[in-house]
Amino acid sequence: MNTEPLDFEKPIFELERQLVDLRELSSSKNIDMDSEIRKIEEKITRTKEQTYRNLTAWQRVQIARHPQRPYTLDYVDRCFDDFLELHGDRHIGDDQSMPGGFADLEGRRCVVVGQQKGRNTKDNLLRNFGSAHPEGYRKALRLMRMGEKFGAAIVALIDTPGAYPGIGAEERNIAEAIAFNLREMMTMRVPIVAIVIGEGGSGGALGIGVADRVLMLENAYYSVISPEGCAAILWKDRKHAPEAANTLRITATDLKELDIIDEVIPEPLGGAHRDHVAASATLKTVLRRHLAELDAIGLDELLQLRYEKFRKFGKFKG
Amino acid sequence: MKKAFAEASSHAYIEGTGSGPPRNTTFPIMALFKRPSLKGLGLKKNDMPEGLWHKCPECGQISHEVDLKQRKRVCQKCDHHFTMIASERIEMIADPGTFQEIDAGLDSVDGLGFKNYLEKVKSYQQKTGLKEAIVTGRAKIGGRPAVIGVMDFRFLGASMGSVVGEKVTRAIELATDEKATVVLFSASGGARMHEGILSLMQMAKTSGALARHHLARLPYISVLTHPTTGGVTASFSTLGDVILAEPRCMIGFAGPRVVKETTHQNLPPGFQTAEFMMEHGLVDRIVHREEMRETLSRLIRYMSRA
Repeated sequence: MNTEPLDFEKPIFELERQLVDLRELSSSKNIDMDSEIRKIEEKITRTKEQTYRNLTAWQRVQIARHPQRPYTLDYVDRCFDDFLELHGDRHIGDDQSMPGGFADLEGRRCVVVGQQKGRNTKDNLLRNFGSAHPEGYRKALRLMRMGEKFGAAIVALIDTPGAYPGIGAEERNIAEAIAFNLREMMTMRVPIVAIVIGEGGSGGALGIGVADRVLMLENAYYSVISPEGCAAILWKDRKHAPEAANTLRITATDLKELDIIDEVIPEPLGGAHRDHVAASATLKTVLRRHLAELDAIGLDELLQLRYEKFRKFGKFKG
Repeated sequence: MKKAFAEASSHAYIEGTGSGPPRNTTFPIMALFKRPSLKGLGLKKNDMPEGLWHKCPECGQISHEVDLKQRKRVCQKCDHHFTMIASERIEMIADPGTFQEIDAGLDSVDGLGFKNYLEKVKSYQQKTGLKEAIVTGRAKIGGRPAVIGVMDFRFLGASMGSVVGEKVTRAIELATDEKATVVLFSASGGARMHEGILSLMQMAKTSGALARHHLARLPYISVLTHPTTGGVTASFSTLGDVILAEPRCMIGFAGPRVVKETTHQNLPPGFQTAEFMMEHGLVDRIVHREEMRETLSRLIRYMSRA
């Protein structure tokens, strides 16, 4: 896949370019350059390992926001069969930044909802950069309730910079739409799995994120405030976003250590955007395992465990 | 666009920002169309000591502390509702002598290793005499049992961290156990940034407790006061069976500055005021402080089965 390198990836891209040149030279001039080629290949592997195994929080944020990263509908397409999209909140309209519908995961009926971003300007206008209006949260709730009615498991794919902070969103009570989902998701009598696949932007992410299992892709982030927003407050300058990202502890590994999420889903080396097929395959395997575990738990116990899971969050004394 | 979007998720309390447009000080009636200012709500170094004179930020009327306290901190000239500290508000709504505080000892810890966080908490504890941004407890309202919680904006913008979330949750759980009404007075800048994801999760925790209270068919009255924003608005504050608001208080999800930067549009008149939010269907009723106790009693009477 053609991708623009992120800053920290430039050395890798440069080596990969050298490798291509060398191979071309070797074949066109018919010179044996195998040892040089092997050296560069080894160096590429080493550099990749060094770079991607030691990503900073801010580098992961950049990967999470990468325009070639698989989005909600990419995972729906690759992990599920027979996706049947359903539209609208039955009141105001259909929010295209929050698609959803029935889907089949190897025979397990599901309702899938999630925020969807666009890859170009036209798509992003349609998808509102993955920032849903109240209609999106209300549509998601409607579909989830329907899933509950018919015994379909709920899968929420989270990828949003935040709920949309616009005039219409405020007029139609976006805060209430999110709050209502938080309360209602706690009482749904079907298994719920939420997966942060890219950006987990604050209340807009949590608005479909109350679940029996909360999983995160390796390079996703989940935060109460964007690193830029935090930097603007703490350092009075958005340039300090990298430090803020570190301080806020927003990476999948951090959140696993803090016991906020249940599992980190590994991504292909270099990030999910480098290999949609492999990223989707891993996500599917992990999701199936969790759904199978949850399906084995009685519904009363499931709801009790879901309550306790969120009940224990917070650190204090006294 | 990009810049504003990055801020889209910044529903956290922002210290020292959020003042509205220039105040109209000549025509009090115009105040209806202005967003109330957050200025002067938090503690400042040059705060006047208690017992002196207070200037109304809406009409400029000067009132003496004693008068103002007697009038439940409402301006005698323009009805502006000054911010109220938790103890005064409890006195205003609970039947006399019935309030018993619970969970008074809960204290913040530095869950994430956030620079200077605990020093900040300590300084607010010293300035306000409070341990945290909310006071909770059992009380009676109109003779009926209730568990109440009152947020105090002076304490770090009454942002919701682990302690606020835990106290709200325990209050709701207690009410569920004792089959009591919940009454929560909100005033908050939103989630507490210094506790990162832990503060975000308080939204789910408090809402989850309300789910059980709701399923038990027990009454919950949420009262929004100036200002109710961010993560608190997007959780327990807007889940009331009935949502009341004090006149002209600010109610919103994103701050007005963020909305303006994101949309590049002029904000409509009265945007995010209680009146605006009632017109748009969020608020059941705007209640003057003089009528708050009576309104709560009437509601609880209607909502109680016995």
